[in-house]
Order: sequence, then structure tokens, then C-alpha cells
Amino acid sequence: MCADQLPSSQASRRRAIEIFLGGGILASFASFLYPVLRYFVPPAVVDLGGDEVVASKVAEVKPNTGKIFRFGNRPGLLIMNSDGTYRAMSATCTHLGCTVQYRPDLREVWCACHNGTYDLNGRNVSGPPPRPLDVFDVHQRGDEIVVSRKREA
Amino acid sequence: MAMLQINLRPRALRSACLAGLLALAACLGYGQAVNSCLDCHSAQPGRLEVTPEKFSQDIHAQKGLTCTSCHGGDASSYDPEQAMSRKAGWKGKVDRKQIPQLCGSCHANPAFMRTYNPSLRTDQLDQYHTSVHGKRLATGDTKVAVCTDCHSVHDLRPPSDPRSTVNPVNVAKTCSRCHSDASYMKQYGIPTDQFANYSTSVHHDALAVRGDLSAPTCTTCHGNHGAVPPGVDKVQNVCANCHVFQAQMYQKSTHSKAFQDKGLPGCVVCHTNHGIHLPSDAMLGTGPQGVCMRCHAPGDHCDRARATIQGNLTQLDQSIKDADQALRLAESAGMEVSEARLSQDQARDALTKARVTIHSFQAALVNQDIQAGMKIAAANQKAGKDAMVERNHRRIGLGICLIAIAFMLVGLWLYIKKLES
Amino acid sequence: MIAALIHWLDERLQLDGLIAPLRHKTVPTHRLSYWYFFGGITLFLFIIQVLTGILLLLYYRPGANEAFESVQYIMTRVQFGWLIRSIHSWSANLMIFTAFVHMFSVVFLKAYRKPRELTWVTGMLLLFLVMGFGFSGYLLPWNTLAFFATKVGTEIAGQVPFIGKPIMIFLRGGEEVTGATLTRFFGFHVAVLPGIVTVLIAIHLFLVQRLGMSVPPKVEAAWEANPAARREMKFFPNFMLRELMAWYVAIGALGALAALFPWELGVKADPFVSAPAGIKPEWYFLFMFQTLKIIPSKVWLFDGEVLGVLGCSLAGMLWMLLPFFEGDRSARIKAWFTGLSIFALVYVIGMSIYGYVAN
Repeated sequence: MCADQLPSSQASRRRAIEIFLGGGILASFASFLYPVLRYFVPPAVVDLGGDEVVASKVAEVKPNTGKIFRFGNRPGLLIMNSDGTYRAMSATCTHLGCTVQYRPDLREVWCACHNGTYDLNGRNVSGPPPRPLDVFDVHQRGDEIVVSRKREA
Repeated sequence: MAMLQINLRPRALRSACLAGLLALAACLGYGQAVNSCLDCHSAQPGRLEVTPEKFSQDIHAQKGLTCTSCHGGDASSYDPEQAMSRKAGWKGKVDRKQIPQLCGSCHANPAFMRTYNPSLRTDQLDQYHTSVHGKRLATGDTKVAVCTDCHSVHDLRPPSDPRSTVNPVNVAKTCSRCHSDASYMKQYGIPTDQFANYSTSVHHDALAVRGDLSAPTCTTCHGNHGAVPPGVDKVQNVCANCHVFQAQMYQKSTHSKAFQDKGLPGCVVCHTNHGIHLPSDAMLGTGPQGVCMRCHAPGDHCDRARATIQGNLTQLDQSIKDADQALRLAESAGMEVSEARLSQDQARDALTKARVTIHSFQAALVNQDIQAGMKIAAANQKAGKDAMVERNHRRIGLGICLIAIAFMLVGLWLYIKKLES
Repeated sequence: MIAALIHWLDERLQLDGLIAPLRHKTVPTHRLSYWYFFGGITLFLFIIQVLTGILLLLYYRPGANEAFESVQYIMTRVQFGWLIRSIHSWSANLMIFTAFVHMFSVVFLKAYRKPRELTWVTGMLLLFLVMGFGFSGYLLPWNTLAFFATKVGTEIAGQVPFIGKPIMIFLRGGEEVTGATLTRFFGFHVAVLPGIVTVLIAIHLFLVQRLGMSVPPKVEAAWEANPAARREMKFFPNFMLRELMAWYVAIGALGALAALFPWELGVKADPFVSAPAGIKPEWYFLFMFQTLKIIPSKVWLFDGEVLGVLGCSLAGMLWMLLPFFEGDRSARIKAWFTGLSIFALVYVIGMSIYGYVAN
């Protein structure tokens, strides 16, 4: 490198380096840190829905009514009995997979597709369904109703 | 086995036969009572053959009844003249006209049947007397079915046994033994294509192929012991037992009274009776599968309603397919759309519901269900599109990041160059 | 301002003494110098794994009934969760790839020669452990492919005579692959292996720093003949800056791969479903897997698979002791070892491709 290099070109060279290096460091670190910082923020929907899920708030379910909720990748049915207790079971009919519903008039679980009925314990009592519905455990936590898969005995 | 023929004469040979058979009986018996009937008849040719293996399958044998319970005679004697003597009550081959009475002598006796299985019905004989078979038998027609024709005899299994001729899965085949035989049925003037048609139907597919015992077979709609084709005005009652919603809507519709007045058999008019296939939206069309235009005139308000309904169904079907396509695209681009995929089930349920509502024959009602489904399908399609937009955002983000990295690389390169100059 | 900060730290840590050896370290420059970067790139990718792994730990739940759902949650609900998880999966594969490249470059540049045998041994151990990382981590999303790959992989481990069954039970946490296996693999993946690998990396790096960079034999010979031809660059900052450029390229590549080819989730594992046809391990196990597949089921008196497993294990161990075998023998023997190395490389690549295309 010649010793009599013009200072101005050297200065502009230094400037260029400063911009690229400084700007590069800042920009690249920002683009790395931004996703990581956003990642730390917990999402709005907190639970996974795999093993246990908040099916409903207490206020949302009235006595002798049923509510469909999402449990994992399938629908579930939450029923509040007239005496204030809760039941929950799978809402996928064991006949051909339609979604069942609670019938307050019959006090039974009913499938609209082919008129299959289950009792409140999930047992198939009439119509085409060949097997009972899977029953879940229900607990109340504060103002939330939590449904979880049955624990192995 | 000429030795065992009934017209045996030489005494010595008879005694030898007796000794041999006693030995055989001893081996086969192990604790059971001597049954000379089976012992001889297991070696008889053709229709006289009844083996112990065959008879052991029979539910009556398993319950302790034996040949003499129905045929009379003396099962302890190996002398054919004694075993099959009228004095011992031998009835011989029971006359076809007597069979229902014979079976009914136990099966129509509640007190007697109670001692075996209290929950068995005992009204079969009464029902039979009301059936076409029973009535014709009473006039002397012995070609019609009697108990043993359907239930089999000597290896009679309970209906719950999958090998039984009257197990739901096998019933249609049993009925077809006569009802598909054109020459046998010639004098009765009724069609003989029922089984052939039924075999192509969704009901047969569900029952015999998929093993769904809730699907109907001949006896489900016609009755078993009291078999009579349902009256023209009663058909929809039969279908309504399973197809509840369709029947309820049909009942309230204009078609119900119109068909009744004209003496048309309800559901069968559009869906046929035996060869019921999976209905398709083409049934609402004007093509060869279309059923509406068989009665209605083109251009009248029914035709217009039909066109509206068909149009709406096609619209929803297409909308669901479009949403599926959008979600598939998003998934193959690596986006996660499981929630929308689940929601597609609801859209499909709405389409199913709309197809049931056709039976109200009111385009407005069908449209209600359609619109509900359209909303869901539209939302899912939007989810798919949003996923693609998100994917594009990711690519833009990537681009920005790569530009920042490129900047940094240039800066480093320049810095290195400077250091080494 | 930065200078002031460094001065403050220096007064308290006496940084000069620590950094001094680094200032003196040089890196030989020759036409094969570019291979020197691969060790550092592997290290960088490992650091990425640790960082993204820690981030994933904030949301991942080990356990057969929650693992899949938690990964699904990360991919769909957590902001940039898809990015972190895809980077982790891609970086894992890239790291194993660069580790292999690094190993083979060391082989062909003969950098394992005395006095660097221990560096080689620790490096081979690291390679084995890194593949263990890959095997244990692969199961954690608990999807069907991973479940059956683990089943097959541990089954193969169980083929070793006498000790195979206990090893298999140790790996599986039982006789079968269950939730217990998942928990155990999780423990291996986030605690046991990181602990051992950190110690080995420390030793490996210490040895590299202490012994300096090896020069390939031909270049060394040329420089001995002509000392003026020797070229070197300072490790700090020249080589490090170049290394930094390589690291930036790596992170750019990772980001691009994660955004353009996100890692798939698969279907949740169901132990009662039969294995999908044509189940294969991840690509870095393919060459061993394919080897086992082509060995006939009975070789003379012995079971083919057992022979295969023992053979692979023996080959691995001998490969680890390569420098001690080659030693300082004649040129002919050295050439033989070069030939063996070429064979090894061709074998690994060839069998991997074969395994990939075979049904």
C-alpha cells in the first residue's frame, strides 16, 4: 500500500467500513433478537389441549345444557347436570363420526345423523353406535371448568 | 355300507351290525344317551344323512333335545322296525303343512320356553299366520316358506350366530333362495330381482361388507315371521325408523299428501325399494339420474325450486372443495392449519344437513343450511389464504434478515481487507 | 467507549495474560486452508443448537401424551416458534454434516498425525456423541416416523451379543419403546449429552489451541524445502474475522432453510399402529442401516445382523484409533491409509445414497 495515499479516499474507505460493519452488526443482531424476544412472550392461548383443557368458564354453561369444546384434535361434550355437577365425554359418535349433542328434553346424548343415543355415562343405549363414548374427568378450578383424560387406575 | 340298509334280513349279520354299532355308539356317546337315529342316519345317502357333527351344531341338540323330540320314535333301539314304529310315535318326515304347528308346539308355548330362555319371544307362530307365507300355506300352497326353510333344520343355529341362515348378515341370501328363483316364483307374478338390486345397495354394503348390524336387510322392512311387503302408504313409516329427519320433513311437505292421493309409495318413488344407492346431487338435476322431472314440467315453479336447491348444494360443495384446496396449499408450504382443517368437518356436516333438508322440498329451508355451511367454508378458505400471506411475511422477514447479513459480510470483508493492507 | 470497557475488565480480570497466547497464534495459509473453517462452523452450529434448544425448552413438554401437542403448539401458536424449531432441526442436520466434513478433511489433510492423536480421538468421540444427540432429539416430537425409527434403532443396538439386550433396555427404559423412552431420551438430550460434549469440546479446543493448526504433508514438505514460501495469518483477528464471515453465512443459510423449508410435524405416534412400510433412519445413519440390510441373514454360522452390528462397531473403534495404526510408518503404508480413507468416504457417501433411493 502506497504511503502517500490521499487521506480523503482513506477516510471515505473507513467511513464505508464503519457503515457496513456497524450497520451490519446492528441490523443482523436486531434481526436475530427480534424473533427471540417475541418468542419469549407467552401466546394468548396458554394450554395445549392434549391432555387437559379448559373446556369452559363456569358462567357459560347452564344446568341441563351441553357445550361442545375442542380437546386435542377432536371435539368433546361438556354437560352440566341439573344438580350442578359436570360430565364430559368425547363428542365423536362411534358409529360414523358425526358430532353428538346433549338433549335436555331426553337428558341423553344424541347423534343427529342416524338417531343414535348414549346415556350420561357415555354408554351406547340405542341406535347404530357400536361402542360407548370415551368419558373424561371434569374438575372445577376457580371459575374454569377443566376437562382431562381419565387417569389410568 | 350295504350292511346298514333297512331291508336287512339275515339275523346273524344283524347281530354283528348291532354289536358294531354298540361299539360305535359307546365311542361317540361318552356319557350321552344312546341315539340310534343318528348312528344309522349318519351313514345314509343324500337327504337322509344327518351326522352327529352336523347335529351337534344345532341349538336344540345343545339344549338337550334330540331326534325323537320332533320326529318321535324310539332312539334306543337299533332295530329299524322298532326305532321307527308308529306305536313309538314315529312321525317320519314331517309334512310341510305341519311344520309351523310342530315348531310352535314348543316355541308358541310361553310357559315351556320360559324354562329355557325367558326372554325369547313366543309369538312367531301367530305372526306367521298373518304373513303371506302363512296365509298361502293355509290354502294348501306348500311352495311357500315354512320355519325350516329359513332357519335350516338339524343344524339350526341361533340368529346371533354369524353362521346362522337367519343372522342379519345372511338373511338376504336366505330369502333369495326362493325369491330370486324365477322359475320357482313364476306362478306368483312378483318380481325376482329384489336380491340382485339389494346387493348393489348401500344397505347391503353397510351390512354384509362393512358388518354394520344396524343396516337393514329384508326382514327389517318386511318383517320376519309376519313377512308382508309394507303397504304403499306405509313405506315411509318403515324408512322413518332410521331416517328420522328425512321422514319428518317429508311428512310436513307437499309431496306427502300428493303421493298419498295418487297411491304412490312415498320414499320408494325417488329412492327405489331394494336397489337403494347413495343419493347424489345429480338426482336433483335434469340428466338421466334426475328424479324430479319425471313428474314435474320444465319451467314450472317446482322446476325452478329444484334448480335453486341443486345450485345451492353445488355452490356449497364447491366452496368446501376450494377451502380444502387453499388449506392443502398452505400445508404444503409448511404452514400449520389444523384448526381450519377441523372446522371443515363442520362445513361438511352442514352440507349433509342441507341434503337431508331437501326432503322438505322448500328451497328456503335448504338455503338456510347452505348459508351456515358457506360461512364456515369461507372462513376456512380465508384461514388458508391468511396462512399463505403469513408465509409471504416470513419470506419478507427472511429477506430483510439476509440483507442485514449481507451488509455484515461486506463490512467484514472490507475490514479484513483494510487490516491486511 | 468500548475501549474504556475493555480497560475496566482488564484491570479486574488481567485479560492480557489470557489473550496473549491467542494474539500470538497463527494459522498457516495455503491452498487447502479453507478446510480449517469447518471445525469452527461445527462449533458455531452447536452453539446455535444450545441456544435454540434452550428456547424450545421453555415450551416443550416431555411425556407421551403432551410431547407432540407441545411441538404443535410451538409451531402454530408461539410467536416465531416455527422459526426456532425449524432452525433447531435444520441446524442439527447441518451440524452433523459439517462434523463429517470436518472429520474427513482432517483425515485427508492428515491432521491426525502425531502430536495430534488425542485431538483426533476426542473429535471422534464428539462425532459419536453428536450422532447420539441426533438420535435422541429425533424422538422428542413423538411422531410416527420418530417412534418407529427409534424402535428399529434400539432393536439394532439390542443385537450385540451378551450386552446388547441390557443396552437396549437401558436405552428404552424398558422392553418396548414407550413414554418412558421419551422421558429418558429427553434426559440424555438436554442434560447427559450436553454435559459430556461440553467437556469434550473444551478438551478438543484446548488441544487445538495448544498444538496449533496442522499443515498437510505435501505443503509441509514444500515449506521445508523453501522456508520463504511459508505463509501465515494471525488467528486473532484475521482468521477469526474470516471465521465470523463463515458463521454469518451459516446463520443466513439456516434462516433461509427454516423459512423456505419448514420442518414438518408429522402425525402423533400411536404404538398400536403397525409400522409404516419402508421405515428408514435419518440420513446420517443410512450408510450403517443400508450395510446391515445388504448383509445376508446368515453368514456361515453367524446371524447376519449381529455380524453387521459388531462389524460397524469394530470399524468405528478402529477408525478412532487410526492415528495409532498409521503412526510414522513408511510412505507405502501411509499411501495405503490414504487409500483406505478414500474407500471410507466413498463407502459412506455411496451407502447413504443407496439407502436413500432403496425402498
